[in-house]
Amino acid sequence: MLDKSMFKSPNLRLEHGLADGAGLPLVCPGCRREVSQEVFEQEFCQCARCGYTHKMSARQRIAMILDEGSFLELDAGLQSSDPLGFPSYREKLNQARTSSGEKEAVITGLGSIEGRRCAFFASEPGFMMGSMGAAVGEKLSRLFDRAAADRLSVVGFTISGGARVQEGIISLMQMAKVSGAVRRHSDAGLLYIAVLCDATTGGVAASFAMQADIILAEPGALIGFAGPRVIEQTTRQKLPEGFQRAEFQLEKGFVGKLCRRPEQKALLASLLAMHEVEPA
Amino acid sequence: MNAYQKVQLARSNLRPDANAYISQLIDGFIELHGDRRFADDAAVVAGLGYFEGQCVTVLALEKGVDTPERLRRNFGSAQPEGYRKTLWHMRQAQKFRRPILCLVDTAGAACGIGAEERGQGQAIAENLFEMMGLEVPVLSVIIGEGGSGGALALACANRVYMLENAIYSVLSPEGAASIIYKDADKVDEASEALKLSAQDMLRFGVIEGILQEGSQFELAADAIRNAFRKGLKQLQGLSGEQIRDQRYARFAKLGGNLR
Repeated sequence: MLDKSMFKSPNLRLEHGLADGAGLPLVCPGCRREVSQEVFEQEFCQCARCGYTHKMSARQRIAMILDEGSFLELDAGLQSSDPLGFPSYREKLNQARTSSGEKEAVITGLGSIEGRRCAFFASEPGFMMGSMGAAVGEKLSRLFDRAAADRLSVVGFTISGGARVQEGIISLMQMAKVSGAVRRHSDAGLLYIAVLCDATTGGVAASFAMQADIILAEPGALIGFAGPRVIEQTTRQKLPEGFQRAEFQLEKGFVGKLCRRPEQKALLASLLAMHEVEPA
Repeated sequence: MNAYQKVQLARSNLRPDANAYISQLIDGFIELHGDRRFADDAAVVAGLGYFEGQCVTVLALEKGVDTPERLRRNFGSAQPEGYRKTLWHMRQAQKFRRPILCLVDTAGAACGIGAEERGQGQAIAENLFEMMGLEVPVLSVIIGEGGSGGALALACANRVYMLENAIYSVLSPEGAASIIYKDADKVDEASEALKLSAQDMLRFGVIEGILQEGSQFELAADAIRNAFRKGLKQLQGLSGEQIRDQRYARFAKLGGNLR
């Protein structure tokens, strides 16, 4: 179980600055520096003074990584129903839709990175902690299938609390389903790069986040199967400093490279260039 | 019986363990230990034997019978090396073209500092990835608890069955109670809401069938034998690619009826 605050910006305006309070300066929770929304986004939502890494929405990721105007969203209208009739889930979905401005916890589509075409996905942390239910599983499966058909690499940014409990077993099945789509894409000889962001855990860490050909991570990101609080409660052990952070995963051998936001686009473009395939 | 009573029944110490079914169903079983990377995880039993005359790979999550054995087997909660042991055996099954029979009984994958250090998420993810590419039949039966990703790592199968009193869930009722209801005591409500019974799974299309346990162990074992026999027969004659594609199609349709 993860702390919900991990998936929310301390200052709502930092995530949804354009929706309200546009023009007002934002305040960095790390150092109280005041910065305009425009400068803030130019600085990759990372404080230039204290280095505080702010949560980024899926749309901000798209703007940061993909070439301007290149993104074509797929399955934009796809959304979860309530397969179990889980108490108060429909209200939760409505709240998430309102607060995030998105229909589901992942955005998928096609785009280009420094001119190189790819399939792209980004988790939306503001939508029920980026959790995976039927809609997330279906959108990702369709994306990998589409990428396989079009012979495109897949680049994805993961942030997730894991499988969405409110969709019960249907959520668990999405782990298998997306794994199948990743496998088919892989068997077609195509590249998949995952960038693990804060936090990537549970059923997402135990499926598509860890199935990429190349696994990158943002410095400081929490990456693990069980959440730290659950481990502490279960084992009654104090967790060591830096446990499950990206640097820890690098040391243990599960992450290929750490990459800060300002360098991500260029790194992804280089990796895509090294895996160029003939178009279908 | 309410949903939480079902959970307690699925977890009961009195239920036969995986080894009991293996000895009843598999002839000449030879257990092979270890993951060839780190250790041998006693929560996983893996090996070779004959099912009705056909050589098969057997993979099982084993809780143990008495307390010392249960402790040694970590109550059926596998470490990453347990999943890597099954991964090795799956690749062997693929190489030698023999079916894989899985028995699932776990509250979930092991949770702890060591499990995280050795990549519990990666280990399960690799199993799912590998299973989705297997060109041999994979059949799974949930005989007690089917707890989350730790169970799914042995259940990405062409056919999945459940004993009538088994459960299958994304998260334990205790976990759901504390996350969703913020109250660890609300396990009754959580169990109800999670819809984790075999009957629920059949309704969702998550399993192919419910196996009646009857009044004694031999009857439950017979039900599993019949399910394995039927599953193998249905997949007989399919090419490796068809077997693989059938497995993917099986999971692809789950949760896919969205607008």
